[in-house]
Amino acid sequence: MKVLVCVSKTPDTTAKITFTNNDTQLAEAGVQYIVNPYDEWYALVRAIELKEKDASIVLHLVTVGEADAEPIIRKALALGGDEVIRVNTTSTDSFYIASQIAAIAEQGEYDIIFTGKETIDYNGSSVGGMIAELLNMPYIALATKFELNGTTAIVTREIEGGEITEEINLPLVVSAQKGMAEQRIPNMRGIMAARTKPLKVVEPISTEPLTSIEKFELPPAKAGVKLVSSDNVEELVRLLHEEAKAI
Amino acid sequence: MSVLIFIDHADGHIKKSSHEAISYGTKLATQLNTTAEGILLGTVQDDLAALGKYGVTKIHQVANEQLNNLDAQIYTQVLAEAIQTIKADICIFSHNALGKAVAPRLSAKLKAGLVAGAVALPDTSNGFVVKKSVFSGKAFAYVKINTAIKIISLNPNAFHVTEVGGTATIEALSIAVPSSNIKLIKTEKVTGEVPLSEAETVVSGGRGLKGPENWGLIEDLAHALGAATACSRPVADAHWRPHHEHVGQTGLAIAPNLYIAIGISGAIQHLAGVNRSKVIVVINKDAEAPFFKAADYGIVGDLFEIVPKLTAAVKKLKGMV
Repeated sequence: MKVLVCVSKTPDTTAKITFTNNDTQLAEAGVQYIVNPYDEWYALVRAIELKEKDASIVLHLVTVGEADAEPIIRKALALGGDEVIRVNTTSTDSFYIASQIAAIAEQGEYDIIFTGKETIDYNGSSVGGMIAELLNMPYIALATKFELNGTTAIVTREIEGGEITEEINLPLVVSAQKGMAEQRIPNMRGIMAARTKPLKVVEPISTEPLTSIEKFELPPAKAGVKLVSSDNVEELVRLLHEEAKAI
Repeated sequence: MSVLIFIDHADGHIKKSSHEAISYGTKLATQLNTTAEGILLGTVQDDLAALGKYGVTKIHQVANEQLNNLDAQIYTQVLAEAIQTIKADICIFSHNALGKAVAPRLSAKLKAGLVAGAVALPDTSNGFVVKKSVFSGKAFAYVKINTAIKIISLNPNAFHVTEVGGTATIEALSIAVPSSNIKLIKTEKVTGEVPLSEAETVVSGGRGLKGPENWGLIEDLAHALGAATACSRPVADAHWRPHHEHVGQTGLAIAPNLYIAIGISGAIQHLAGVNRSKVIVVINKDAEAPFFKAADYGIVGDLFEIVPKLTAAVKKLKGMV
């Protein structure tokens, strides 16, 4: 069985976001990058758990981006996985990225393709669904549990106010979120092993993005907190009712 | 040019987020001087014609009960055919569980540009540019759709529902539905609670609560406010509360009208999940807690004293006592 996990480089969760070049680009100075947490903590760790149960599983990672993504993606590889494929291109919109990954997936004939539920930079939740459509595979979005039973997957996914569990035959695409697995910290052996694992660079297929970002904008700054004395809780309720009109 | 609004439902009822999508879609149609129509896949108990009050005049229904369960692949096929039949060129979804599963598929199938997580009406003065939330609520992006067919999924609670009055006509749409290979095993609903992603008001607790045995404080206040409950990451990780209540960078991102954070210090990862809330109230014993910088109202003090008083004051306001 072959499993592909899609991983993306994103600014660290604590990064302060500002823009440059007339607000058309993220200002990268001082920004630390990480593996997108949903890709790493949930999609990748769950795939590693599957491989720990069944050593015959071949586990590949794929990322779409430039060479500067490599050290970050190696950190993901330190957790587990056999090989990374990097599609050597500037990632533009989700359709462009999904098209690149779909091309890799088609060649590799993977049985399960995992993505994180979204990236913490563009928050589109789009790449997994697009890959599934391009490959004509079923897609389960926002999965919180994933079990394998031969060539059948039992997947639990989030809905508004609850969860649904479904049974579905492989191959399929799944987007993973909290609940799927517990975050892991790479150990020294994993980090050493990751240095020598294959990192394959492939050139992109020719395809056009469907959207483009015109500019970015920061939200307006908050006016400042209005503090109410702890002896006068009723005043807070009055303010929320009369001033903020929130209750 | 015409607008097609996807109407989402569960357990026979139309979702509140679909009211927002209808308001958004009909306003967009007015802006473009065109018409907006709805589409519903499956069957509902609710009176569909009554959705006319949000501005939609016609709703197409593919009344096949199989469609009451989501199979994103089949939904995409049916919607692609519907878009062709109706000759729609803008399709509106909610950016919810179903929208996240179907809108990207439809985008790839039709090669139609998608803006996922829109927060405002498009600027159509020069092309078609949609404002969306990015960097987990830390910024916005203006995204231009460069294709003839356009798809937008609207963030929950981002667009105000307006009632304009009127009724919609329902038109049966006949589209063949292939059988699904997805087998439903079980559905588990958290009953009697407001779904967190759709809630207008959210009461959220953090480590300051000291333990799961104190969660009654949060629940009582939430009950008085008709609010959903949520929690910070350490609380979910310690299994004081279920994972689906975790709001923040790696949990759920929400945008209620009112977010009340109790005993949460407000780490940047937590703020990323709640910073689109319209009004933020923070109750914390530490005056230096970073959350106060992001708050609109705050009380510095002992939550175990403040929260019961707050609950009582809310009940008094609402005439519940």
